[in-house]
Amino acid sequence: MKHLSRYRRHRFAAPALILAALFTLGTTFSLASALPNKAHAEATSQSTLVAEGKQIFARGCSSCHGLNAEGGSIAPSLIGVGSASVDFQVGTGRMPMADMSQQAMRKKPVYNEQETAALAAYVASLAPGPASVTNESLTWERDGSVADGGQLFRTNCAMCHNFAAQGGALTLGKYAPSLMGSEPKQIYEAMITGPQSMPVFSDKTITPAEKLSIIKWIKAAQSEPSLGGASLGRVGPVTEGLLVWTLGLGLLVGVAVWLASKAR
Amino acid sequence: MSNEIQKFTDPGLPEHVHRRADTDPKAAKQAERQVAILFLLSALGTVLVIFSYIFMKSTTFVFLPVLGDTNAQQLALGVGLAMSLFFIGMAAVHWAKTLMPDTEVVAERHEFRSEDADRADFVATVKEQGGSAGLGRRTLIKRTMGLSLGLLGLSPLLLLRDLGPLPKKFLTTTDWKAGTRLVTDPGDRPIKPSDLEVGAVAQVLPELPAGTERTLENIGKDAVLLIRLRPEDFNLDAQRLSWTHDGIIAFSKICSHMGCAVALYEQQTKHLLCPCHQSTFDVTRAAKVIFGPAARPLPQLAIKVDDQGFLVAQQPFTEPIGPSFWERSS
Amino acid sequence: MSVKDRAVGGLANYVDERTGAAKWLKKNLTKVFPDHWSFMLGEIALYSFIILLLTGTFLTFWFDPSQREVIYNGNYAPLSQVHMSAAYASTLRISFEIRGGLLMRQIHHWAALIFMAAIVVHLLRVFFTGAFRKPREFNWLIGVGLLTLGIVEGFLGYSLPDDLLSGTGIRIAEAILQAIPVVGSYLAFFAFGGPFPGTAFIPRIYTVHVLLLPGIFLGLITIHLMLVWYQKHTQYPGPGRTEKNVVGYPLMPVYMAKAGGFFFIVFGVTAFLGAVASINPIWLYGPYTPGQISAGSQPDWYMGWLDGLVRMSPPLETHAFGHTISWNIMIPGLILPGILFTGMALYPFIESWITGDKREHHLLDRPRNAPNRTALGVMSLTFMIIALINGGNDIIATHFHLTINQIMWFTRFGLFILPPIAFVITKRLCLSLQRADRELVLHGRETGRLLMMPSGEFVEVHEPISPEKAWTLTQHLQPAALTVAPEDANGVRNPSGIKGKIRARLSQAHAEQIPVPTESEQKELEGGHH
Repeated sequence: MKHLSRYRRHRFAAPALILAALFTLGTTFSLASALPNKAHAEATSQSTLVAEGKQIFARGCSSCHGLNAEGGSIAPSLIGVGSASVDFQVGTGRMPMADMSQQAMRKKPVYNEQETAALAAYVASLAPGPASVTNESLTWERDGSVADGGQLFRTNCAMCHNFAAQGGALTLGKYAPSLMGSEPKQIYEAMITGPQSMPVFSDKTITPAEKLSIIKWIKAAQSEPSLGGASLGRVGPVTEGLLVWTLGLGLLVGVAVWLASKAR
Repeated sequence: MSNEIQKFTDPGLPEHVHRRADTDPKAAKQAERQVAILFLLSALGTVLVIFSYIFMKSTTFVFLPVLGDTNAQQLALGVGLAMSLFFIGMAAVHWAKTLMPDTEVVAERHEFRSEDADRADFVATVKEQGGSAGLGRRTLIKRTMGLSLGLLGLSPLLLLRDLGPLPKKFLTTTDWKAGTRLVTDPGDRPIKPSDLEVGAVAQVLPELPAGTERTLENIGKDAVLLIRLRPEDFNLDAQRLSWTHDGIIAFSKICSHMGCAVALYEQQTKHLLCPCHQSTFDVTRAAKVIFGPAARPLPQLAIKVDDQGFLVAQQPFTEPIGPSFWERSS
Repeated sequence: MSVKDRAVGGLANYVDERTGAAKWLKKNLTKVFPDHWSFMLGEIALYSFIILLLTGTFLTFWFDPSQREVIYNGNYAPLSQVHMSAAYASTLRISFEIRGGLLMRQIHHWAALIFMAAIVVHLLRVFFTGAFRKPREFNWLIGVGLLTLGIVEGFLGYSLPDDLLSGTGIRIAEAILQAIPVVGSYLAFFAFGGPFPGTAFIPRIYTVHVLLLPGIFLGLITIHLMLVWYQKHTQYPGPGRTEKNVVGYPLMPVYMAKAGGFFFIVFGVTAFLGAVASINPIWLYGPYTPGQISAGSQPDWYMGWLDGLVRMSPPLETHAFGHTISWNIMIPGLILPGILFTGMALYPFIESWITGDKREHHLLDRPRNAPNRTALGVMSLTFMIIALINGGNDIIATHFHLTINQIMWFTRFGLFILPPIAFVITKRLCLSLQRADRELVLHGRETGRLLMMPSGEFVEVHEPISPEKAWTLTQHLQPAALTVAPEDANGVRNPSGIKGKIRARLSQAHAEQIPVPTESEQKELEGGHH
């Protein structure tokens, strides 16, 4: 039942979601109200979702984030972070955090899609914040431009995530992760919420349309073929130097040893 | 036995050991065949080069382990070329090692030093011939010659003068003036404070007068990073605080160390990191250097909003942006 | 007389009647070259240079060294309609529209990395075996010159495509120029034809990269090889090998076939790298603009140590009398490299001053037999490697879960602490190896076989080593340290004073050796056993 209703919401709310994402950046509530004839059903399913989310939250998150998500000594308040933040953090497996290291790592998600949605709905119900999006609602394939995305990526993202989105080091052990496994909605949500060290990229300075271009460029980078042979990790000259000193010089010195040895 | 210390003596060149191919015709034949096979492999490589150049499409990709999706033509051309070269070399060396004479030859060295008589003659010649020119006696000639030769080097140096203009004021000025709007890079859209959430950054450039083209030289000194914090996060003196607007602070993006673009902003720690040499700047303390080789904070751009609500510069940068130079006063 | 013989004879006649070359050729075709793998390292560098000339010429046919702005409309879709310089666009064209162009670009770049690596290992071989000693000091100087020019040439080469990474490198080079006191900003403006980046720099460095520096390289390499030819190659010590002879294979045919074959092998290996491993994928970097940057911006490896030094420099700047001196750039970017390379260039003269050794040397030292020199080499190498590690600290940090700050502090201290430790350890190691040699000569090789004596006692059978081996291990000279008497016989103070004392102290350190075993000692020992 819940599954069905969620499925309906997906299908019918998708265009509205794009609108919302592109122009109003409204919350899930304003989204529901954009469909007046479905409003009642939406509200009901929404409230059950929130209730379910509250339960999961109490079990899995409240020990750090507080019973009412008000935050604690080791974890920030989640009031006002919005469903996008929850969808990103939980959907990429960063939350719940495995250990108190420098930075939450991407890992296999603990909660499934439905539980994540419930958690997101619960946190979004606490105070308005950036709303989560779905992969389907992001029309990057149609509306994005790879070339523009590349320009935007190099100006806004490459300094941390590297020129080929392979990730890079930040201070004191923090790092910008590789984007090779990132899904479009995760990229989008990261840009609007600014998870962990990452700053927020506001919709006015990088418009939603530009964000779609960035996604398109990252998707292109993910499937970038090896045009010149083994990519060597796409981290610049360090691995190239390493290969020359190992394989290159190794082969040549090996041959030289054979060349100068006496034949039997 | 005498008490004199006796060192080990040189037993001389060891006896020549024959290779199998020297004594066994069969082994020689085998080596010959091996060399031939190596030459054939080289020829095969060239065939691969020709084939891939003419018949393979440059758009075909094949998936290979380790390499990933690889361009087939590039790979075939390269491997073919590598084979054709490598195996010629292997064939030649194998040939030399197994079939060419391998008796070591001894050649005598000669001393580089010339005979004493030759040396004396040489020195005498130099003295005599040099002396006959009379350089030692004719001091006027000696001095004027020194002068002319010394000055000669100046001409080519002078001719290099037109390599470039003098720096003049370029290093100390940017395109930021009082009232210049901050516009997004790329996009050239003006920015309102409400456009930036707390924790947001934006790469900005000065709005140029209509009809002016933005050059890389402009970007190289105008690029600015706009950051929004909570106003209470700042730890600034009154003047620097007055240069911010409602938690929004602007810094030159050109590193004060060596001019790289400093734009790695860590939202949680509020640190800026330069990826080139890892100078770290604390945004809350007016980009004070907290780690790395940079010796100066990033210059801060004073900002405010204009009457239309857009962010503008209050004034030009108060110090030169970018790396240090001799004429820089602070 | 066969047709072939007649043809060869005819050609020889023709050439000789016009040049008189027969006599010279007759002598030189039988010129002897000693055979050892470590003598091929310089050849790797030489052949890489030839590969660079060939592939580089190919690249010039399409490369457009211009910073004129163009809009890209070539094959590489992710950059379609992007504004870029003609230099960058033409490099993309070479990579994606010229068949084999990418291969040639990659071979050119791999060859450059191999060229530099080969120069370094060749230099290390020459250093550790003492091949730089009289009469080969000039060739050492030329070699240091080639290494220095190679670094410059490589930097200019990867700067040409005008991609984001190379532009960042040029930006840093400009900052180094600008940091030079008094004339810095003028130099920078002259080099760039105005403010950075301008449109003049790439055309200018193109001329330097393809004409000026290769010309100087050709000249220096020619002199380098002519000197090797004229002075004859050094050789490792061994039976029958003396300071007065050279033992090896004649140029014709063995050495010719081997050296010629090795050229093709080096070319083949480089082509293989160019085929299977991507290098400098400029299409991923994007075109250069000063407002953009990538995480992990590094130079090629031969500049990495410099970048590492700059990264670890303390934040020092002097502001006085309206002027600025950037010590944080000057020290790691100019002063330290200047000292290191000057020291390296002068080393042959310094060593001969310390040892007072003015003789010719054609027999190489085994590194253990010159403990002080070997230790000094390892010490310098440690210094360079630590600097190089810091040059890649961001990549190391992300791949080994470290922090850049940790690596930075490790290398900041390590740069001063580890090289002296390396010196001491290496010197001790060399002396132990000498001791082991001595044991081997005097007591023979341990066979591992046990023998029961009539008394029931077990002894290990030692096999005496061959006279050839014994000679190889004992042939080297161990010159005594110079002594500088503070006063001469008449009580007059030695005028060389402190300089003399330093020299004596260094000389003493240099002469620290385990005494070479002699046949007398061996006989004595044998006598003792029986």
